[in-house]
Amino acid sequence: MSVSPTVSRASGIRHLLLMAFRRPGLLAAVAFLLAVAIGTAWPQFLSAYDPIAADPLQAQLPPGAAHWFGTDQLGRDVFSRVVHGARYSILIGVSAVVIAAVVGSILGLFAGLARGVIDEAITRFLDVVSAFPDLLLALVLISFTGPGTVNLIFALGVASIPRFARVVRAQTFVIAESGYVEQAKTFGLTKAVLVLRHILPHAMAQVPILATIGLGTAIIGAAGLSFLGMGPQPPIPEWGAMLAEGRNYLRVAWWIGVWPGVAITLTVISVSVLGRHWQASFEGRRQG
Amino acid sequence: MDVENVTALRQVPVSPASRHFSLMRATLLSQVLGRVGSGILVLWAAITLSFISLHVAPGDIVSLLIGEQLRTPVIEAAIRAEWGLDEPLFSQYLSYLWRVLHGDFGRSYILQTDVATLILSQILPTLKLTAAALVVAVVFAVISAVATAGLRWPRRIAGAMELVLVSTPSFWLGIVLLFIFSFTLKLFPVAGDRTFSALVLPALSLGLSLGAVIGQVLREGLERALEEPFALTVRSWGANGLTLRLRHGLRHAALPAVTLTGWLIGNLLSGAVITEQVFGRPGLGKITVDAVLGKDLPVVLAVAILSAFIYVVLSTLVDILYLLIDPRLRART
Repeated sequence: MSVSPTVSRASGIRHLLLMAFRRPGLLAAVAFLLAVAIGTAWPQFLSAYDPIAADPLQAQLPPGAAHWFGTDQLGRDVFSRVVHGARYSILIGVSAVVIAAVVGSILGLFAGLARGVIDEAITRFLDVVSAFPDLLLALVLISFTGPGTVNLIFALGVASIPRFARVVRAQTFVIAESGYVEQAKTFGLTKAVLVLRHILPHAMAQVPILATIGLGTAIIGAAGLSFLGMGPQPPIPEWGAMLAEGRNYLRVAWWIGVWPGVAITLTVISVSVLGRHWQASFEGRRQG
Repeated sequence: MDVENVTALRQVPVSPASRHFSLMRATLLSQVLGRVGSGILVLWAAITLSFISLHVAPGDIVSLLIGEQLRTPVIEAAIRAEWGLDEPLFSQYLSYLWRVLHGDFGRSYILQTDVATLILSQILPTLKLTAAALVVAVVFAVISAVATAGLRWPRRIAGAMELVLVSTPSFWLGIVLLFIFSFTLKLFPVAGDRTFSALVLPALSLGLSLGAVIGQVLREGLERALEEPFALTVRSWGANGLTLRLRHGLRHAALPAVTLTGWLIGNLLSGAVITEQVFGRPGLGKITVDAVLGKDLPVVLAVAILSAFIYVVLSTLVDILYLLIDPRLRART
């Protein structure tokens, strides 16, 4: 995929169309994520009803023309709640990944550059943290902080730090040993320039890809923890919390507990498709 | 460790085989001891971390341990005596370490019971669930890998199915299964853990997404193995495709899949917590969730240390097994 820098706008669009035709899955994923992004930024743009206000006369209506996804036990429109829920579920996932990526990269870079005792200490510390399963570690942190949106983000973010730290550390090792850094040293560059201009960009190159793929895991983890009641509290329309409510009404109204899950699954699939494609083109080979 | 690490894990470390056998035996022993040693070190650090967390966390340690329970002078005195709070910090630490090593995780003041007894009474349903889910995962992975490896369309369909399963939250899968098989078809009980049939849906919802990940790795390994020269040799004996795949190919494919063990254990334990909640099952997950919401720290820390223990013991065992199975790894220092 070598696009020359002087590519014209028209051929850029044609290139895009060609890509879409060849990879309909990728196109669908991007389109769905765009819709989710709109739902996150302007939920009122996509939904007609108030996601919080109860209307007991309209309770538990099955999906129909007026309420596409039906209404829940309090008469709230499920479609509107799913659309508004994107804001919570996506933002919790994104924030947790950002925390993990930033802290993890700093730790990894530090360990990779310092080597010796500091590297050993950081690596051992990461080993200990990863001995606790991700979700359980997050639960331990929440048992100190108490449930809530911010606490959930913090717990989930901290639990995923080792993943980023490990990759950046290994990458820093490789880059710092490589020929061009050795040569750059002979130019008499200061340590700061050497690290910031020559090591950092390459050591971090994979972080955005890891973060994209990790976003799917984070969204599932966030929904799981809020399903357990550790995240945003009712009546906030977070997807995992909605599923917890819907589980109790499964006998009488299946739609309350089904649509939020569809939203989670489609979002995570789209993110994974995008992340895998990115990773494949980064590695310079195309998946079959 | 999670789904995204799978790609990184697929590359099994391979180093040139060492031909110095006498040297190798010495390295094997020292490597096994090394793995065991670092496992013990990680466990010690995990226990220490949970001790430190109690002392670093904001708020005094008595109210942390007491949770949502009403604070009375009697309970406070009991906590002070149990944790030796009037003694110097270091001797508190030593006695904490000593107690944990003897399986004494203290007392839950909310549930008015001994934490170790509580955990022991709840461990069986969770073990049943994780074991059943593991069986589901492995069976699904082997079938989907063996049936589709190397075939263009079947592997595409299986791959798409695996992507959906990996991206589906296990608890939502549980809700959908509940709706279809328990509420609509009335084939399985809605909640509880009294019969074998009550185990089917929880095991499926926990096991399928794990099986999807293992299946991907297994298929890739199998496809690599089927291109090896030995596959041609086996075919030349007149063996049919299925024998080749099951008896010869799967062995080679299993090795890279074994590196997923650590990831698998972590996900089984985490997933059990949520799955128990969906299906209203008793077990460790249920007491963990109740303990977290009630801020019952003695129980939470005990569960955390226990799961770290299980993780470390199993992954150390697999590491050692790996060294025994694949001599090429022993030459690595």
